[in-house]
Amino acid sequence: MEELGLTKPKGLKAEKKGAQENYLNSRTGFLSWIVTLDHKRIGILYLVSILTSFFLGGMFALMVRTELIASGKTIMDAETYNKAFTLHGAIMIFLVIIPSIPAALGNFVLPMMLGAKDVAFPKLNLLSYYFWVGGAIFALVSLVTGGLDTGWTFYTPYSTITTTSVSAVLFGAFLLGFSSIFTGLNFIVTIHFLRTDGLTWFKLPLLVWALYATAIIQVLATPVLGITLLLLIAERLLGIGIFNPALGGDPVLFQHFFWFYSHPAVYIMILPAMGIISELIPIHSRKHIFGYKFIAFSSLAIAIISFLVWGHHMFVSGQSNLANMIFSGLTFAVAIPSAIKVFNWLATMYKGSIRLNTPMLYALSFIFLFLVGGLTGLFLGALATDVHLHDTYFVVAHFHYTMMGGALMAFIGGIHHWWPKMFGRMYSERFGKIAFWLVFIGFNITFIPQFLLGIQGMPRRYADYPQEFTTLHQVSSIGSYIMAVGFFLTAIYLVHSLFRGKPAPANPWGGASLEWHTASPPIKENFLSPPQAYDPYDFTRLVYQPDREEYILREEINPSLA
Amino acid sequence: MNFPIAYFTFFGQKFLLYIVEAGRILPPSASATNVDKLFFFILAITGFFFFLIVGLMLIFLILYRHRLGVEAKEAPKHNLPLELTWTVIPLVLVFVIFLAGFKGYMDMAIAPLETYEINVTGQRWNWLFTYPNGYIDKELHVPTNQAVTLVITSEDVIHSLFIPALRLKRDAVPGRYSKLWFKVTVPGEYPIYCAEYCGTGHSTMLTKMVVHEAGEYEKWLEKSSSYILTLSPVEAGKKLFETRGCMQCHSVDGSRKIGPTFKDFFGESVTLRDGKKVIAEENYVRESITEPLAKVVGGFDPVMPTYKGRLKDAEISAIIAYLKSLSKKGRANLELEKAREKEEETKGDSSQTSQEGNATQEKKI
Repeated sequence: MEELGLTKPKGLKAEKKGAQENYLNSRTGFLSWIVTLDHKRIGILYLVSILTSFFLGGMFALMVRTELIASGKTIMDAETYNKAFTLHGAIMIFLVIIPSIPAALGNFVLPMMLGAKDVAFPKLNLLSYYFWVGGAIFALVSLVTGGLDTGWTFYTPYSTITTTSVSAVLFGAFLLGFSSIFTGLNFIVTIHFLRTDGLTWFKLPLLVWALYATAIIQVLATPVLGITLLLLIAERLLGIGIFNPALGGDPVLFQHFFWFYSHPAVYIMILPAMGIISELIPIHSRKHIFGYKFIAFSSLAIAIISFLVWGHHMFVSGQSNLANMIFSGLTFAVAIPSAIKVFNWLATMYKGSIRLNTPMLYALSFIFLFLVGGLTGLFLGALATDVHLHDTYFVVAHFHYTMMGGALMAFIGGIHHWWPKMFGRMYSERFGKIAFWLVFIGFNITFIPQFLLGIQGMPRRYADYPQEFTTLHQVSSIGSYIMAVGFFLTAIYLVHSLFRGKPAPANPWGGASLEWHTASPPIKENFLSPPQAYDPYDFTRLVYQPDREEYILREEINPSLA
Repeated sequence: MNFPIAYFTFFGQKFLLYIVEAGRILPPSASATNVDKLFFFILAITGFFFFLIVGLMLIFLILYRHRLGVEAKEAPKHNLPLELTWTVIPLVLVFVIFLAGFKGYMDMAIAPLETYEINVTGQRWNWLFTYPNGYIDKELHVPTNQAVTLVITSEDVIHSLFIPALRLKRDAVPGRYSKLWFKVTVPGEYPIYCAEYCGTGHSTMLTKMVVHEAGEYEKWLEKSSSYILTLSPVEAGKKLFETRGCMQCHSVDGSRKIGPTFKDFFGESVTLRDGKKVIAEENYVRESITEPLAKVVGGFDPVMPTYKGRLKDAEISAIIAYLKSLSKKGRANLELEKAREKEEETKGDSSQTSQEGNATQEKKI
């Protein structure tokens, strides 16, 4: 990160606003980064750390797919395979997707969207980052002290009796939970108290609504995970019988506790992604968002209902038929707000002027992939079909379409969208598109076969499989390699843009929300003076200046219009 | 841009071929369930919405693509009737799916009054099926057109009994019993998987369901239950060793488990917990099975439960024969016995059927 701070952006357009100094170069040196209280710098710290974890989690994914390219032992034995898929899941969930959008992008843009100087509690913000680092260190420690082979779900009593270093990872996840709680708490207070003058709730960008709904879940659900993990640690280290039947505990109780957090947690992952899509689609369609209030309230509706559906992970666990019925019904209820959003995004594109640049491609691929993920969820929400599909590759494909095709594609789209704002540089649009197509096509080649595998009964978490599943597994593995090439390409052109990219204008996409009304990269205080609140989706006020390759406010050209 | 599309069509064709070749999406069904109908019903609804939304998206992308100098047109920012429409229609549809799913599930959940009960125990990493006469097998055998209830539990961690051909799955939870019922209509052999991750051997925890034609099942059960008479003592002992809980604590490959390994155990000198030494011969093994805490091998905890009354004499003898086959000295012992038997057989009545022959062998041991 130090190099970034030392990179002196040359000839930025931002000079025109009299702000050559920006948050990246106002102070330099290693210390200025690691003890920074600036929300933008903390966002960048998170971004770099999360992308590093993403690389690590991706490596485990490639190991898993390579082992499965043929039946029988390919590159590792069953024990190593179990550790590889466990670490892939645990890293991707706890270290990557949960913090990705709120902690990296949210930290960067949320205060600017509100016209604020920073979040409400900058020190808590930094502490949350160090809790994340602490959690990550515990996860890494477990790698060298025997690994972890419980699956990311830590189901008891297996997790109580396995000899791998479960306790270290549990404690790491506990710390990560607190990191998430701190971020959520900070955002709730920031959104309530730090909105600039005139920025009423219904003038907030929809990403802010989404982050607010997410923060509610983070603050209310994560403590349950913390307690559960501590109970499991107590059972492992002190032999207190809570979940292990051999000690008088109840193993299914753990599943209730775990999913009471972990189901809302999938909405911690997907809600901010939907927020990003609600920004990207209107901006790159040059059209006002359709049905603002429906989208805003559907985020809150999802946040509330998400607390009431955890039992759908346990339809075959021996849960009572009545409980199964109730959880199934509520699960279908949570599908509706998601459907509303998809229709609203479509209506937003209607009669727009749609720009197919890299961020928009990711946004559209989100709609496509999340649609598949959501629709396949109907097979799993329906009791009779879930019994067959539960714990098969169908579920694996389903949650990769929502979590990776949904949350992660939105995150990458968001990175591209706010990249010029974050670093003051433009990336290569051509390579952006090539990499996008590699990722998108590779993704589908990887996971469509997994739906078919699951339907045919291939159980998940298998180190080996019967011959008949070979073809589909092979196609899936090839897809994962194509995807990996796409991601490496993305990493290369993004890093390249930091050094050789064209300097970015303040508002390259014509965004109307407040973060586009300051220099790229922004000054340390975000704005020279508190900005005026506007409708964040009224793009008619912005005019494109071909010579400067940026959008400026109409009144700046002709002050009489102001 | 053509490059990825070419790839996409290539793999698209491969998938289509695969499905056509297989002639099916779902695995062959062995029972008359409504699950498949519901599956295709949901597939139709989701397919319709998938093509509707993706189609609209593509049409908008073409019609309203960005053109230089052309601004976005004015369009309403919201429209309440429209929004209510796309809230209510999906709501009605998912409610229908919910009801159908619930009905199908209740059909699977409520068993008829009279069913044939088989106990199922999951243990790392195999399944044991206990039939009503007490016979234990590693495969599930069921008659056709007979309602069967499985009473499922686990010895150690959570497993999940998954029979794709019946579209059924149920967790095996330690300390709990869960039930599953079905009526199979199509005889044949179908795979059974463990669907809940249970550790190293999870992907090898496979077995099969054998569905017998009418009348064949009883014959199979009768024949299999008398394995102690039909199999050789070593084979019968191995079967007992694997199905009656021995292998959970004793290895046969020299590795250390909760109890001593049986590799090169029989016939050797063993140091006990109190420092005394005994030879692990027939009487010692027999005593250790019926009164396990009397002479515990040094270095191990006295935790083995008694098998007194749980194993018949013939079964204990078979286990002893199996232990002999695992050690050098024991094998020499077996060879001697075989030689002696051959001698006797040549002397004895040659018209003996092989089954009776085995039975007499049994008595000799």
